Amino acid sequence: MQQWHFHPVVRLLAQRIGLGLLTLWVISLLIFVGIQLLPGDLADAVLGQSATPETVAAFRHELKLDLPPHIRYLHWLSGAVEGDFGRSLANQRPVAELIGWRFGNSLFLAGVTALIAVPLAVVLGLMAALYRNTLFDKLISTSTLSVISFPEFFVAYILIALFSVQLPFFPSIASITPDMGLGQKLYAVFLPCLTLALVVTAHMMRQTRAAIINILASAYIEMANLKGLKRMRIVVLHAFPNALSPVINVIALNLAYLVVGVVIVEVVFVYPGLGQLLVDSVAKRDIPVVQASGLIFATTYVLLNLLADILSILCNPRLRSPR
Amino acid sequence: MPPLLKIRNIVIEGQTGENWEPIVKGLDLTLHKGEILGLIGESGAGKSTLGLAAMCYTRPGCRIASGSIVFDGQELFGMPESQLRNLRGARIAYVAQSAAANFNPAHRLIRQYAEGPVQHGLMTTVEAEANAVAIYEQLLLPDPENIGYRFPHQVSGGQLQRAMVAMAMSCRPDIIIFDEPTTALDVTTQIEVLAAIREITARYDTAAIYITHDLAVVAQIADRIMVLRNGDLVEENDARKMLAHPQQSYTRDLLAVRSFAKKALDADSEVILDVADVTASYNGQDNVLEDISLQVRRGRTVALVGESGSGKSTLARVITGLLPPSSGSIVFQGEELPPAMKSRRREELRRLQMIYQMPDTALNPRQKIRMIIGRPLQFYFGLSAQEQEQRTLELLAQIELPEEYIDRYPTELSGGEKQRVCIARALAARPALIICDEVTSALDQLVAEGILRLLLDLQRKLDVSYLFITHDLATVKAIADEIVVMRDGRIVEQGPRNEILTPPHHDYTDLLLSSVPQMDPDWLDNLLAEREAA
Repeated sequence: MQQWHFHPVVRLLAQRIGLGLLTLWVISLLIFVGIQLLPGDLADAVLGQSATPETVAAFRHELKLDLPPHIRYLHWLSGAVEGDFGRSLANQRPVAELIGWRFGNSLFLAGVTALIAVPLAVVLGLMAALYRNTLFDKLISTSTLSVISFPEFFVAYILIALFSVQLPFFPSIASITPDMGLGQKLYAVFLPCLTLALVVTAHMMRQTRAAIINILASAYIEMANLKGLKRMRIVVLHAFPNALSPVINVIALNLAYLVVGVVIVEVVFVYPGLGQLLVDSVAKRDIPVVQASGLIFATTYVLLNLLADILSILCNPRLRSPR
Repeated sequence: MPPLLKIRNIVIEGQTGENWEPIVKGLDLTLHKGEILGLIGESGAGKSTLGLAAMCYTRPGCRIASGSIVFDGQELFGMPESQLRNLRGARIAYVAQSAAANFNPAHRLIRQYAEGPVQHGLMTTVEAEANAVAIYEQLLLPDPENIGYRFPHQVSGGQLQRAMVAMAMSCRPDIIIFDEPTTALDVTTQIEVLAAIREITARYDTAAIYITHDLAVVAQIADRIMVLRNGDLVEENDARKMLAHPQQSYTRDLLAVRSFAKKALDADSEVILDVADVTASYNGQDNVLEDISLQVRRGRTVALVGESGSGKSTLARVITGLLPPSSGSIVFQGEELPPAMKSRRREELRRLQMIYQMPDTALNPRQKIRMIIGRPLQFYFGLSAQEQEQRTLELLAQIELPEEYIDRYPTELSGGEKQRVCIARALAARPALIICDEVTSALDQLVAEGILRLLLDLQRKLDVSYLFITHDLATVKAIADEIVVMRDGRIVEQGPRNEILTPPHHDYTDLLLSSVPQMDPDWLDNLLAEREAA
């Protein structure tokens, strides 16, 4: 029998990607079933109470709602794989067109936040580990803990009260349009960005600090001390590379949260993102839009976690260069 | 000429809860240039703590309370951390017990070598790396040009230990502290590392503090020996004088360790375990065990000897059913055992018990001894709580522990006492065979000797058989009736003890036997000369 020998990293990556696809498939199933279980009927919702049974039946037939669920699922899944999410029931426009630019906006908000929050969190985490139990560390720990403890809509309203009401520096409504320049856009999203950054930085920073402090108890850190190395060098060059795996994972989790969990922040700042659209569509029973948004959120989540797995594998020398 | 290092009346304390308890109780230590001082003692003697104090370093939870540490005319105690940092690694270096744990897994060996000299401003990276290759060569590391570009997990244990000696040498320090550098190694590898340490310290006239619990090892390397016990000095003398004329009874005990041997017994009792042609593998492709056949007789001990990776512990896993073999059979007391543990009957499980290397991890720290020993009594025999207590007390008497231990937790016991509890737990099932997997290697020598004597005594009283897995040949001499020598998953040689231990030996058995350090200061020289000649 022919035995195939792949580099272990290749094998692991193939495994992770396979698992990711499997997860997505399960999620598509869950989304579909979940929406079937939603109370209320679309035809009733659209046509109103006064519609005759005949009209309702015709409407259901037109939207293929009268087909058995598994057929509808297969239709929907095969369309989604090809990028065709159907048409919105509320206004008959293609779902892809509705979602496209909003998802772009959500990514823009999340991306800008990540660019600020990730480096900030890692540097603060390193500093807190370096100056452990000093005033600096305690200050950082207390302030990040307080920020985590508040719900994000509260943080958002506080920021609005401070920076657009008391001191009118930034707009409290973050409306952006495609024809705005980058500078204008950045100015518009400043407050939602800051809100999100405050929330995710705290998580990532605390995880970075904990991972490094955990590593600082290792024998090779004692050895680095006994080699007479400076503390900064020990933390950054000896502890941090070994703490990468947990740090990468918490970063990925927070980035996924940024994309997926911005619903509340988008609503508070009336930001035209995917979260806002999702909330509206659920209210209108616009099933194709809800399903598509759910699937996009899930894909983002799975992709980011996959990326974290891959990076963790790549930064482990045992896996990268086996014996 | 003043000594290079002069430690006077040093007191080092460790924190237990709110209190500070002394670990090192006012010791003096003097080290001259180029001299090698052996620090010897059992665990808790304070030898590592004292060794690290030479760098004015204490582990977390410890502190130097008082005393003086004068190195090359400077007082280190009270010196600011930034100045101490300039000395550490550069003028006083450290070699730890476990190279695998003390090398940073994320960086290549040569980068870790070069880091010290570059950071201390002694060399450029290019110089340091060229220098590393030269030292690797002097320490007889294979492929010295390239080995440095490997990650720590890519080289063997003995090579990694030599790479750490090289790293300590990187700044050409005045003193190196060797903290049990060969304890985690196989005997054959230990010789390479010992020879490398001696060669390199002699070549650069480096002074050293060599910490170990093994008097035979320190005898090969040290000029002078200090024997420590519980943070106090027992005796100090020139190495040869101490070996020839130990003054204190404690030193004499250490010297006489494992001098006892089991009486040879005739081989005619019945066979209770018959392992026939067993082959096993973890991944279905590479065999870790091949064609293993061995027998254990009632009331006898078979010692399974070999280096790490020889497959000894895997064989124990196969016999206990944790790893079903790919072929072969295991017949126990006349019945063939099902290959996998989960298909074995309770009665079959009962008659075959196991004792492990690490009593710390083998006992649940949240259970009292009553429960630890009581559990098999209830599981196998369905004894009531009262019967369990009575039987547990009998077992405690058998393992020579006082009755009141029944309500203690494992953490309140010493390492040797914990291992005794593990023995009692195995005996509670009234087994016919106990597999002992390196049961004494985590213990101090004198404690280990007590455990071995207890096991022999129990065998005489209960007629139980042992399959004794060990890498320590002194242990084998003490307890085995028969010996099985394994290498790379195969049996190299097997037979009655006296036959195996008497020349002529199989080549590999000879290598193992000759590698065991002897209490003779010339042993290493003679052995190396002999091997050179051969």
